[in-house]
Amino acid sequence: MEILKVEGVNKAFGGLKALHDVNLSVEAGTVHAIIGPNGAGKSTLLNCFVGRLIPDTGSVTFNGTTSLIGLKAHEINQTGVSRVFQTPEIFGELTILENVMIPTMARRDGEFSLQFWRRLDADAEVRDKALHMLEDLGLASKKDIIAGSLSRGDKRRLELAMCLVQDPKLLLLDEPTAGMSRADTNNTIDLLQRIGEERGITKVVIEHDMHVVFSLADKISVLAQGTVIAEGTPQAIKGDPRVQEAYLGGAHL
Amino acid sequence: MDVILLQLLNGLDKGGAYALIALGLTLIFGTLGVVNFAHGALFMLGAFCAVTFNKFLSLEKVVLDPTKTTAWGTPMEVRTPYVEAYLGDFGAWVLNYSVPMSILLAIPVMLIIGFAMERGLIKHFYNRPHADQILVTFGLAIVLQEIIKSIYGANPIPQLAPSAVSGAADVGAFLGFDPGVIVYPFWRMVYLGFAGLVIAAVFAFLQFTTFGMVVRAGMADRETVGLLGINIERRFTIVFAIAAVVAGVAGVMYTPILPPDYHIGMDFLVLSFVVVVVGGMGSLPGAVAAGFLLGILQSFASMNEVKAILPGIDQIIIYLVAVVILLVRPRGLLGRKGVMES
Amino acid sequence: MTSNPTPTRDLAVFVIFAAAVLTMPIWLAPIGAAYPDLLQKFAIYGLFATGFNLLFGLTGYLSFGHAAFLGVGSYTAVWGFKLLGMNPVPAAAMAIVTSGLFAWLIGYVSLRRSGIYFSILTLAFAQMSYNLAYSVLTPITNGETGLRVLQSDPRIFDTAAQSGGPLVSTLFGIEMSGYPGFYFCATFLILGFLVAQRIFRSPFGTMLRAVKSNQNRMNYTGLNPRPYTLAVFVISGMYAGLAGALLCITDPLAGAERMQWTASGEVVLMTILGGVGTLLGPILGAGIIKYFENIFSAFNEHILQDIFSFLPEALQGPVVSISGLFVGEGWHLTLGVLFMIIVILLPGGIMEGVGRITSMVKGGSRKKHQHQTAPAE
Repeated sequence: MEILKVEGVNKAFGGLKALHDVNLSVEAGTVHAIIGPNGAGKSTLLNCFVGRLIPDTGSVTFNGTTSLIGLKAHEINQTGVSRVFQTPEIFGELTILENVMIPTMARRDGEFSLQFWRRLDADAEVRDKALHMLEDLGLASKKDIIAGSLSRGDKRRLELAMCLVQDPKLLLLDEPTAGMSRADTNNTIDLLQRIGEERGITKVVIEHDMHVVFSLADKISVLAQGTVIAEGTPQAIKGDPRVQEAYLGGAHL
Repeated sequence: MDVILLQLLNGLDKGGAYALIALGLTLIFGTLGVVNFAHGALFMLGAFCAVTFNKFLSLEKVVLDPTKTTAWGTPMEVRTPYVEAYLGDFGAWVLNYSVPMSILLAIPVMLIIGFAMERGLIKHFYNRPHADQILVTFGLAIVLQEIIKSIYGANPIPQLAPSAVSGAADVGAFLGFDPGVIVYPFWRMVYLGFAGLVIAAVFAFLQFTTFGMVVRAGMADRETVGLLGINIERRFTIVFAIAAVVAGVAGVMYTPILPPDYHIGMDFLVLSFVVVVVGGMGSLPGAVAAGFLLGILQSFASMNEVKAILPGIDQIIIYLVAVVILLVRPRGLLGRKGVMES
Repeated sequence: MTSNPTPTRDLAVFVIFAAAVLTMPIWLAPIGAAYPDLLQKFAIYGLFATGFNLLFGLTGYLSFGHAAFLGVGSYTAVWGFKLLGMNPVPAAAMAIVTSGLFAWLIGYVSLRRSGIYFSILTLAFAQMSYNLAYSVLTPITNGETGLRVLQSDPRIFDTAAQSGGPLVSTLFGIEMSGYPGFYFCATFLILGFLVAQRIFRSPFGTMLRAVKSNQNRMNYTGLNPRPYTLAVFVISGMYAGLAGALLCITDPLAGAERMQWTASGEVVLMTILGGVGTLLGPILGAGIIKYFENIFSAFNEHILQDIFSFLPEALQGPVVSISGLFVGEGWHLTLGVLFMIIVILLPGGIMEGVGRITSMVKGGSRKKHQHQTAPAE
């Protein structure tokens, strides 16, 4: 089943065509990587999925029926799409536990709820779920630390926890290993693979690092100059001369 | 038509004052990244430079004239300002021109104050949150105005324009309307011309000097300029001092239009901030344009015809315009994206 | 602030706070602050600052127009007295409702912008209210004279005895002046503190801190920041309105100057002085400012001469005249200096200072702050 279907998406900034007739379909339960050289339109495309940008034409359909076009970021999240950013976006002044409790509540109580009388720490349901998530990602021992003081790798893991605790149907990852050491990168790949197997969450990954892409992806779409030039399994993409031409400037993988 | 022209003229001089204060505020904000709530106080200090200069010149020599007596039979006191007594006609001339002459006093004074303020206080706040900057300069503004109040008292102190320009011109008659309809005081014309001159000078300075180029580059992208190895700190001080001088001379020249009191600065500050925001934080042309625009709008709103339809509109027009512009154009008329949003 | 306040700890803080407020007439006596008028001011401005801090402390939205709600509260309360009678409870209730509605209106518009744009929008609305109260709204506000209760007002629920009596609000036959007036206000302060404490610890309060921390992440977490900020803006406006109403219970008079932007600046100062984002700080800040205002503005040259009489005569003159600048009429100078000192030296306010001293006394080198400010990247 297709969980995300992108049809004929165009987006221009002034005279610059950032996306040109992009078609894409993401199968449920798979890891779909979008790769391409700098300026190919990867981030623009991702921003069209999450409500930050509105395509000029075309449609983005989620889960078969829901059109994501024109929805606000928080509404898109509530339909079951979570996003990890290139630089982790977390609540830097709050504790790690609070960071994870907030998305947990957001999923249970919706975009707004005026619970000003009960105590947050008395909400066992939310607290347990958040703690469980933190344990799963190995952050439980740091639950009372202020999130802003974490290392970059831990911030990334925290952000992932914040997304996963919402049980998203679709997880969008924008360069999840950007700026990481090789060891951290490998840890992240392991983590993402484990999560993929355990939870069966569909993932769309934008990535520069070929090592990450080929380790994770079930299917790869190659974007160049705002349009999809090739699509297929990692093996097929590796051998595709068009991809090597556009993306790698002829160098062999 | 003639009424409209009159209001236009009336709005221009007030707009000139707004524009001058807003220009300095924007300059400081754009280069130093500091929100200066004490900028109105600088305007006020300028105005009190004029008051001080005049007071000093008006110090009087008292002579008893035995040839004349008062109604009580005592000898008549003859009071002559010292400047007149010792310098004769030249002294009288200086006294007459005390307001424009006090610019000569205000420029060095404001330079020193600006320099001291930036070195002593503002520079420690470059990397503090905007809220802290607002608060500390707000505190400074209170301190400055209370000091002035304790020296000069709470009442407004009227200043006279030089007699040569103290009358009013029948601009209407000159332009072919009925005489006596558009009467515009000479001094306001002087102020308008003066404001135009100062604005032009500031823009020319920024446009045609190397220093100005660095400042403009700094306003466009502060971080990069800092990385170029240019001694940005020293330039910050100078920019701040210039902004202080601009506010100060604006205050000096405004004294014949509105007698200054200790809180004139606060009154202008609130409005000038609205002007800056309407113009767009960090945009110099925006500040000038918004200054004149709001001055004129305020003047139109105080027409009886307008007040008859919208009672009270003259009291709120500036704020109303600010609200509308901020809602329709979030970053003001000419503002850039992402400035002061956090 | 500790990151892990337990319910027991919060209860203890609340009980101690309530006891401290109620016994103020006793323990404030040694510093000459234990008379009802001043105590009442402590309670009222403490409430005002607590409400302001809910907005500024939790969400970081700096309103520069909060005095507008104080003014609206005052006007409403006086109208309540005029129409319904001198019972302060309906007047206060009316003030809360009206200022809440007014805050909803202003907040709905202002909260579309953040940062200094938000501050300017709130300032603009407050200045508009102030200017209008002085001019065209005179039928409602009685302009410069100020709105007061008259013997001829309808006051429909007042008994015959009341309508002939003095124009002071009365509850169950007790006149709300002197100590009863203070205790009435103190009750509201304690209630207000309790609500604020609950909000701080609640999911709602956590969301508000999330607004301050990272609105982008909030959006991508499925949360809509706008209703959260609007809700707290309205709550905060209601606190201000209630404070405004309480200002009228002893002296049923409302004037436009209560709405001026200097009054908005004052509540910002109280909050900053005590400690933004702490529960007790703003109340402490309000108390300190009102106390010093009271003491300093009552000083005059004679008192100063007495104080400095121990100095040699040559010194006494200059010292008296210099310190004279800071007292009496010059109290605002002291306020300005205080403002600057606090922002320069103690940005976290008194509560941070207290925290620093406590950790020094405990001798612990384990500083919480290092955790927070440690470079992350």
